[in-house]
Amino acid sequence: MSQATLAIRRISGHAGPPPGEDVERDYQVCKLIDTTTCIGCKACEVACLEWNGYSFTDTVFDNSYQTMPSTAWNYWNLIKFNEHEREDGSITLLMRKDQCMHCADPGCLAACPADGAIVQYTNGIVDFQQQNCIGCGYCVSGCPFDIPKFNPATKKMFKCTLCVDRVSEGLEPACIKSCPTGCLHFGSKEDMSYLAETRAKQLRENYGIEKAGVYDPAGVGGTGVIYVLHDVTNPEAYGGLPKDPHIPWVVRFWKGPAKWIGNLAMLGGILGVTLHYLRFGPKQVHEPRDGNGGQL
Amino acid sequence: MSASHVISSERAAGEGGGRILRYTLSERVHHWVAAFTYIYCLITGLAFWSPYMYWLAALVGGGPTARFWHPWFGLAFAVSVLWMYKMWHRDMNITDADRRWSKAMKYYIKNEDEELPPEGRFNYGQKLFFWVMFYGILLLLISGIGLWFVESIPWSLRWLRYLAVTVHVAAALATIGAFIIHVYMGTAMVRGGFTSIIRGEVSTAWAKTHHRLWYDEVTKGRSPETRSPER
Repeated sequence: MSQATLAIRRISGHAGPPPGEDVERDYQVCKLIDTTTCIGCKACEVACLEWNGYSFTDTVFDNSYQTMPSTAWNYWNLIKFNEHEREDGSITLLMRKDQCMHCADPGCLAACPADGAIVQYTNGIVDFQQQNCIGCGYCVSGCPFDIPKFNPATKKMFKCTLCVDRVSEGLEPACIKSCPTGCLHFGSKEDMSYLAETRAKQLRENYGIEKAGVYDPAGVGGTGVIYVLHDVTNPEAYGGLPKDPHIPWVVRFWKGPAKWIGNLAMLGGILGVTLHYLRFGPKQVHEPRDGNGGQL
Repeated sequence: MSASHVISSERAAGEGGGRILRYTLSERVHHWVAAFTYIYCLITGLAFWSPYMYWLAALVGGGPTARFWHPWFGLAFAVSVLWMYKMWHRDMNITDADRRWSKAMKYYIKNEDEELPPEGRFNYGQKLFFWVMFYGILLLLISGIGLWFVESIPWSLRWLRYLAVTVHVAAALATIGAFIIHVYMGTAMVRGGFTSIIRGEVSTAWAKTHHRLWYDEVTKGRSPETRSPER
């Protein structure tokens, strides 16, 4: 949050501690999505478009409530519907609001080659800076949730900003504001985790939903968007939420050891030919000077 | 021996010794189209490779511009290499002479060329460079198209996205290694090589020393002095 920079740590000539010391809580922001109370109304989709200035795009009808198959560069928030068959054969409609998860360890940021095109604020929000984006699409390979999308007209990548422009002014994200059932919550990571665990416990103990739990995947260091799921053992059923998301090992290798190996190899090559020249020198052909037709 | 001495001795050869056409105009043009497109891809590719080399993108107009042109220059490079393949692949077959030469390569490296068996128009090392670049660009082209249209690779086949990254990096590094050696040999190590790919000609002494079998072939039945330089 923008005010964080104005928080006072030490103060001169002041009797006692700085005013407000230790009253601030965790500044890691978090969105909590309780899928058990989502009714799939899509108000969050509309609010997202409205706040971010995009118009409604063509929908794709596939015999379900699904607006379109996946998020788009100008459609950052999408409820994924899944008609899920329970073990006893009955049908339930699983609905999950899909958007950027704002990973603590963001794969998009790890993969990005452009200076300053992706930032992670101290409050945990992962944000694309389109003025620095070169549109290479590496973030598409880095993201374990298939979130970054390419705008072919501007050749820039886009995704949910967690309404950083609202949050930095002390407002909650637009989707949260619009939710009619209160299945969306926004606050500090600590508070949202507590709320989520409490709700999951309630579902388990009071409603007999034994597998209810919180989705806050450790593989990406936890996320800035967490879910309460009826069945936390099967997140894939919620429109393909990965069970154990992590930055692809290829991306880790490419951005880690491969850099060293490659750079050392290139440097070794340049060093090698230089040393060769210093040791052996050029290959000279002794040209005849007597005009006898190139006899050596 | 200083560089100026080399030039003057070549001039002397131009007056006294014969000159032989080594590369036709068409071959030279193709070589330089490939060279310029490759170097563009190299500069921009290195910019995307490491944050410490991102400044290279500024040389060609900044990150977004570099990203826009990189695949197009890559395509142009691929076309020029395929063209070279059409032009040279017969000359690039590995022959028995190459196998003999490859066993004696250490003498070439140590500049003890008198110990080397005779070679044809291209020696084993040049052929190796050609094939590294040829297969390198095939891999770069296929993986590059994957990276270019990465969103078109469905999420269910996302291993292809990761494969494209891996192959593109590995193939690029292999061609960079070959490129470093090629540029070193063509400019600094093998004197006369650089002028031959610019003006097309070498001296008969050069041809005899480096490519004896080719020299014998092109001068068969004619005396080298009477062979007029072609361009």
